Amino acid sequence: MAEKHEQKEKGQAAKPTVTAWLPAVLVGWILPGGGHFLLKRKGRAAILFATVLLCFLFGLLMRGAFFSPQTGDLFTTVIYCGGFLGNLASGMLYLLTTWMGYAQPDVAGHVHDYGTKFLVAAGLINVLAMVDAYEIAIGKKS
Amino acid sequence: MPKMNLTHFEASLLFALFISVAMGLTTKKSARDQLMYGLYCLGCFLATLVGLSWLMKLGHG
Repeated sequence: MAEKHEQKEKGQAAKPTVTAWLPAVLVGWILPGGGHFLLKRKGRAAILFATVLLCFLFGLLMRGAFFSPQTGDLFTTVIYCGGFLGNLASGMLYLLTTWMGYAQPDVAGHVHDYGTKFLVAAGLINVLAMVDAYEIAIGKKS
Repeated sequence: MPKMNLTHFEASLLFALFISVAMGLTTKKSARDQLMYGLYCLGCFLATLVGLSWLMKLGHG
């Protein structure tokens, strides 16, 4: 009984506080690699920033389209809402680009298709970076 | 802004490179492990790319 209580206490003590990881994750979302920079992992921050930025820029140069959330059948909902979340995960890159008026329509052609995928992939790479920043912030990773 | 035209191979190669860098960097701890895992991912991407390309070519006749 006492052991169980002790284990429970240990578990609660090990639980990371929101203030420990939220700033890193939020900054990491807004500015790719920013979370790592905040956690003093400057080299990793620079490489992640460059990777997300280049992926995003190549997507724009290939005239990829941004997804806007649409609902309908399950497939449409998953593709369009998932794509929108993927775009949104790029943080400031996505917000700045849309605010500056980039509105490429979805047209046929393999280059446009790759561009659209690159734009979503940039966001997904940033999600990986945010998860990494979270793990560093809670001390699970060095 | 100029429009960039890439072939399927070039675009896939770039995609593989970006994902491999991110995967290596975020999943491993030491610099050496990160490099090795990034290269491993890139190799897997390329092998899949070439394999699927041949499969499609052979499938189309």
